[in-house]
Amino acid sequence: MRAGPFGVAAFMTLGVASAALAQSADTTLAQEGIFNRPFITSSGGTSIGGYLEGNTNWFVEDGVGEGFSMELRRFNIFLFASVSPRVRFLSELEFEHGTEEIALETALIDVRLHPALVFRAGILLPPVGYFNQNHDGPRWDFVERPLVSTEIIPSTLSEVGAGLYGKAALGSSVVSYDVYATNGLGNGIVNNAEGRTYIPAGKSEEQFAEDNNGTPSLSARVAVRRPAIGELGLSWYGGAYNSFQREGEAVDASRRVDLVALDAGVRLGPVAFRGEAVMARVQLPESLGEVFGERQWGGHLDAVVPIWRPKLAGYRDAVVALGGRVEHVDFNRGRFASTGRPIGDSVTGVVAGLSFRPTDETVFRANYRFDWSRDLVGNDRTRAAGLQLGFATYF
Amino acid sequence: MKLGTVGLMLIAIASTGCDALAPGVPTDDEVLAGTIEGMTASQVGQHLAGDEEFARVLGFADGLGPIFVAASCEQCHVGDAKGHPSFNLTRFGRDVGDRFDPMISFGGPQLQHRAAPGYPAEVVPAEATGVTRLTPPAVTGLGYLDAVDDTTLIRLSDPDDADGDGISGRLALLDPSELIESSLALEASQSPTPGSQGTRVDGRFIGRFGKKALTVNLLHQTVGAYHQDMGLTTDLLTEDLVNPLAGARASDGVADPEISSGVVANVVFYLKTLRVPPRRNADDADVRAGEAVFEEIGCASCHVPTLRTGRSNLAVLDRVEFHPYTDLLLHDMGPELDDGYAEGGAGTAEWRTPPLWGVSLQERFQGGQAFLLHDGRARSFEEAIEFHGGEGAASREGFRALSPEDRVRLLRFLESL
Repeated sequence: MRAGPFGVAAFMTLGVASAALAQSADTTLAQEGIFNRPFITSSGGTSIGGYLEGNTNWFVEDGVGEGFSMELRRFNIFLFASVSPRVRFLSELEFEHGTEEIALETALIDVRLHPALVFRAGILLPPVGYFNQNHDGPRWDFVERPLVSTEIIPSTLSEVGAGLYGKAALGSSVVSYDVYATNGLGNGIVNNAEGRTYIPAGKSEEQFAEDNNGTPSLSARVAVRRPAIGELGLSWYGGAYNSFQREGEAVDASRRVDLVALDAGVRLGPVAFRGEAVMARVQLPESLGEVFGERQWGGHLDAVVPIWRPKLAGYRDAVVALGGRVEHVDFNRGRFASTGRPIGDSVTGVVAGLSFRPTDETVFRANYRFDWSRDLVGNDRTRAAGLQLGFATYF
Repeated sequence: MKLGTVGLMLIAIASTGCDALAPGVPTDDEVLAGTIEGMTASQVGQHLAGDEEFARVLGFADGLGPIFVAASCEQCHVGDAKGHPSFNLTRFGRDVGDRFDPMISFGGPQLQHRAAPGYPAEVVPAEATGVTRLTPPAVTGLGYLDAVDDTTLIRLSDPDDADGDGISGRLALLDPSELIESSLALEASQSPTPGSQGTRVDGRFIGRFGKKALTVNLLHQTVGAYHQDMGLTTDLLTEDLVNPLAGARASDGVADPEISSGVVANVVFYLKTLRVPPRRNADDADVRAGEAVFEEIGCASCHVPTLRTGRSNLAVLDRVEFHPYTDLLLHDMGPELDDGYAEGGAGTAEWRTPPLWGVSLQERFQGGQAFLLHDGRARSFEEAIEFHGGEGAASREGFRALSPEDRVRLLRFLESL
């Protein structure tokens, strides 16, 4: 699939059209995602919570499988404190695959000056797209995170920085904004073992201590939510990523990474849609050649519809839902100089899923996914498919 | 929706079985990769370990570069097939009258046009008189070619055209070097007949791999590719590649060797044990008739259909017949394919006969379009044949003179390879 900008336009059109037809939607702004968690209350002292998610995997790639396996993906602990009526603290400590990877994903303080003006500082989640600020496993009806949100938008992207956010009523709508300055991504975008431009590899623990180039990255998102419709957000993240100066001396040219994302979440009758599309542009040294993509894009569209509300003792809100996802990521939108033909390096996936929520906070998921990968030179390289059973729960 | 409906849906999904939901194995004639049949479990294990290394993408922190062409073996040899022109190697040099200068002080003979950020990539110097571009070859079946005894190549060679057929295949004779001797010695230490390779002819060694037969065996080829294509050091080539025009010998700061001897051994084993490319429709009447035409017009004089391996410690490669359609010798292909670049024992118009096995499958791995000949300049078999000059000119003329029916048969035969 080489939809490129047309694909982005399609996602945009779908989002806007869906919004126009929508009948109802949840009322939480995307920017409130990190506080819209159970066990976190706006009053009282300190509270603790978190979530746990795990799943099984059975995948086959071109007829060859590794068999059946189980993984415990994440065990995340939230610590929340309402320091004062206008000051609150939140942190999130993530254990991925047991203790294979431990990361402080969030540690921030919010100082509310006005609903339209809140100051935030610490390790925060830059508002690029929807998913990054709303990535908790129990919220989603699919085992895997959207490819676009992990392969191009490097969710979970958490960076040290500060900024402002807020919301204001505009007629019957609510308009929200976020704007932050953070240390940004680093050299790994090109200095990686992927052999391609890979934005997620630009994340680095070292960036929590010091910016590698002394120039902060900026991120911003504006969104509009109509209570009866849903939310449409437009966001941008950009800044220099490479270490272009050392001890005050220029050692390389400064190069930027920029991401522009459009996200939408709407409800059409019983069907909840959630989609996100992003275009990325990465300035590259010419010496890396066309194998490294200067332009990338990707998107996903999820649809989830409740199909049954079983009457189970003690589970008043239990619901079974069907879901579907289509997604695509193109790591290199260029053309080969040697042949004039499009560069490949993309993956397209479809997912069909069934979920069961005994309560809002807990989900059991069964997914079947099929991926088509196109290699760099444009061959239909691999077809992979698999079944996943998983669970995720807040606690 | 009621519980029963959901249950029925789940039963329906389950009844299809997991296999029905999974992509199947590509058929044998769709892929080139695969092991030689009859290998032991431990040999398959080593093959797969080599496969993993062959596919492994290396980063600058692993030692890639600082100047390089590709970041993994597989980037060039996608699916073990012939590569895409975007990964063509560029080699250059200059004619200085009595010899061909590989222009080492300019970064020659191979261009590394890519570099780590902040490091200068190489460019072809203006002083170069010969520049060639080489499409990465397929790597399937290489173990068979590696296992052919030197005596076979000597027997096939006919440098003075003693048989008068207009074909004068020449051994690619390479001046001795520490690298060649080490590569041969290491391989000989595992051979039941140590003297079967590494034969000196007029004091020089016989090259058999590479477009101009610059390397003597797969070990030599592998460490050379790690070094020249990826900027990675091994036990046999311990110095990192640098761009001489950068004016400094500083490289990547990764301890050498960047690729261990174990990894090299696994990759060499992987290459040795890749199966031969599968034939398709070999028994079709047109294909068989086309093969007869192939021989009648002299193609088989260079693209020798059948060779035999010598003794090998690998039972699957021990004294077996195979059908590569090459003689592994150098041939003068005339001005049509003369890039003005000489290398090793090969002149500017000389090329080692490329094996034709798997040739019809390669477009599946080149993005759906075939790029034939040494640099991918030909897009069809007919075009490739038209580029044959020199020793290939008679066959080209034979092809031009074929009836339309015989042309089709010949093409059917090539499509079966």
